[in-house]
Amino acid sequence: MGYLGGFLVTFRQHGPKNRVTTQYSGGRMFRRKKRNAKKMDVKIDKPERLHGRHVLNRYEDGMEKCIGCELCSAVCPAKCIHVRGADNNPTSPTSPGERFGWIYEINYLRCIHCDLCVEACPTEAITETKMFEFSFTNRQDAIYTKNELLVDLTGKPQQLAWEDWREGEDKNTSGWMRATAASGDANFTGVVSWSGELGHGVRPAEEKSE
Amino acid sequence: MIALDPLLVDDLLWVPLIIVLVKVLIVFVVGLLATMLMVWFERKAIAGMQNRIGPNKTGPFGILQTLADGIKLFFKEDLFPSRADRFVFALAPFLSFVPAFLAFAIIPLGGDFRNGSSGEVTLFGQVTRIQLADPPIGVLFALAISSIAVYGIMLAGWSSGSKYPLLGSVRASAQMVSYEAALGLSLACVLLLAGTLSTSGIVAAQSTITDWHFISTGIVPFIIFLIAATAELNRPPFDLVEAEQELVGGFNTEYSSIRFALFYLAEFMNTVTMSALIVTLFFGGPQPIAIGNFVFDIPLLPNALEGTFWLLAKILVFLYMYIWFRATLPRLRYDQLMDLGWKLLIPASLGWFMLLAAQRLARQNGWNIVLVTGGSIAVLVICYLLMQAAFAKSARDRSTQGTMF
Repeated sequence: MGYLGGFLVTFRQHGPKNRVTTQYSGGRMFRRKKRNAKKMDVKIDKPERLHGRHVLNRYEDGMEKCIGCELCSAVCPAKCIHVRGADNNPTSPTSPGERFGWIYEINYLRCIHCDLCVEACPTEAITETKMFEFSFTNRQDAIYTKNELLVDLTGKPQQLAWEDWREGEDKNTSGWMRATAASGDANFTGVVSWSGELGHGVRPAEEKSE
Repeated sequence: MIALDPLLVDDLLWVPLIIVLVKVLIVFVVGLLATMLMVWFERKAIAGMQNRIGPNKTGPFGILQTLADGIKLFFKEDLFPSRADRFVFALAPFLSFVPAFLAFAIIPLGGDFRNGSSGEVTLFGQVTRIQLADPPIGVLFALAISSIAVYGIMLAGWSSGSKYPLLGSVRASAQMVSYEAALGLSLACVLLLAGTLSTSGIVAAQSTITDWHFISTGIVPFIIFLIAATAELNRPPFDLVEAEQELVGGFNTEYSSIRFALFYLAEFMNTVTMSALIVTLFFGGPQPIAIGNFVFDIPLLPNALEGTFWLLAKILVFLYMYIWFRATLPRLRYDQLMDLGWKLLIPASLGWFMLLAAQRLARQNGWNIVLVTGGSIAVLVICYLLMQAAFAKSARDRSTQGTMF
């Protein structure tokens, strides 16, 4: 067919058979509150290691994991993280050890969700959820502070009003995700090398896939 | 009866004037709506070809997406680059937007052209056409207007005071000038057979499929016209004007807000107009598809309105074709574009036009048609060989003596 063969190739792509995307959140059926609106408002399952909005984790006793070391801020290629540490109050410490993350801010207008902060963190304090659908009406709102990033007292990420959380997006948010990173050292596959955390405990390691 | 509109032949009265004004309004609104739907259709169809869904949120099937985009652009900040020529910069979008709508005015949008009817309809006791204007120069007007559209693009690029828009507009002018010739020559074949320049006259001459002249205009002139029109519209694969990889956004890089929207609108309006022009010239415009005496007639619909339906259906085919081009063909390199235009399309359309003219002369004077055709083809072949020899010579000179040759 020569040149004209290409036309057939593109024409054959029509129709739902070859589609790689889904009717995102059910098209507009969701907003019209129709009978099957709930059924239509489905998003596909996200991969376990998807990079979404960050959380700051706590230990099982409720202490914050962040020690204010600013490594995440240093490694961030988009320069979206601002951290300042401070000394713990000896009588009621915020985190175990000397220092804690006093200011922790992430600017989501800059964040590229590369997860380098997660890899840099020495205490698995910062990890990512699977939630990436959130929008703002001004630039100030795009800067998440510690109040919004920190997990609540049950160990779940805070579900803020302008975020679109779905089932299962807050499940795999722990240090587990970083420590068994698929690109990591093969010798560490299946080895638990992370601390426990609030709401999850010490998560079991991923089984060897092969 | 030679006039823009049968309404305007006698003294000007209120009723014809109001009818003309209403027609102006309708053509304008139809143009805007058609553009809006074309943008949606293009996004949806090209999404289908790229295994995506396309707009699906705004309105049923995302049909209002263009409207939403337009409203958004209205409220955006209107930026003037500091080195721009402010007056020309502000004027340029209108220079490309107005011709787009002017060209649409001469397209017959409906009417009954069957069995030699003239396509005239009677509204409130007044005889008129479903067409804004039917000037005696008809098709030439469309050609002239589409050439004027290049000013908008050229001035936009020049007045931006920035290098990429300037490069884009220089390309646009060169491209449009080169392809205008092929466009006009392939169109001349149609005019030769129809014997009139008026669009309604051309449509009236194409009542059945056999009158579409498949052999004489349906293959060579049509394909040349289609390619040249695509180039004239700056649509892919000839969109060198806005080649994103090379020129950022092309001539409209510095434009924002509603001025950008006007360029966008003009581009898609031109696509719709050009499809309508192709249908008018080659496929009978609002004529229903008829084979011999058998007509695909839609019952319960007045013939004049049925014309509109047929026109829409035919236009849709060509709109889809333009989208198909865009999804399939990679962009041409600039020298390939020029080679295609000057070395293939213009000689081919010129040769075909000569052939048709010779045949017509032979028929009129009662000469032997086979002999004339054979002789013409022989002459054309000799011309082709001479041209190839010239190309070979210049290629040789280029390789030995540098690019000046």
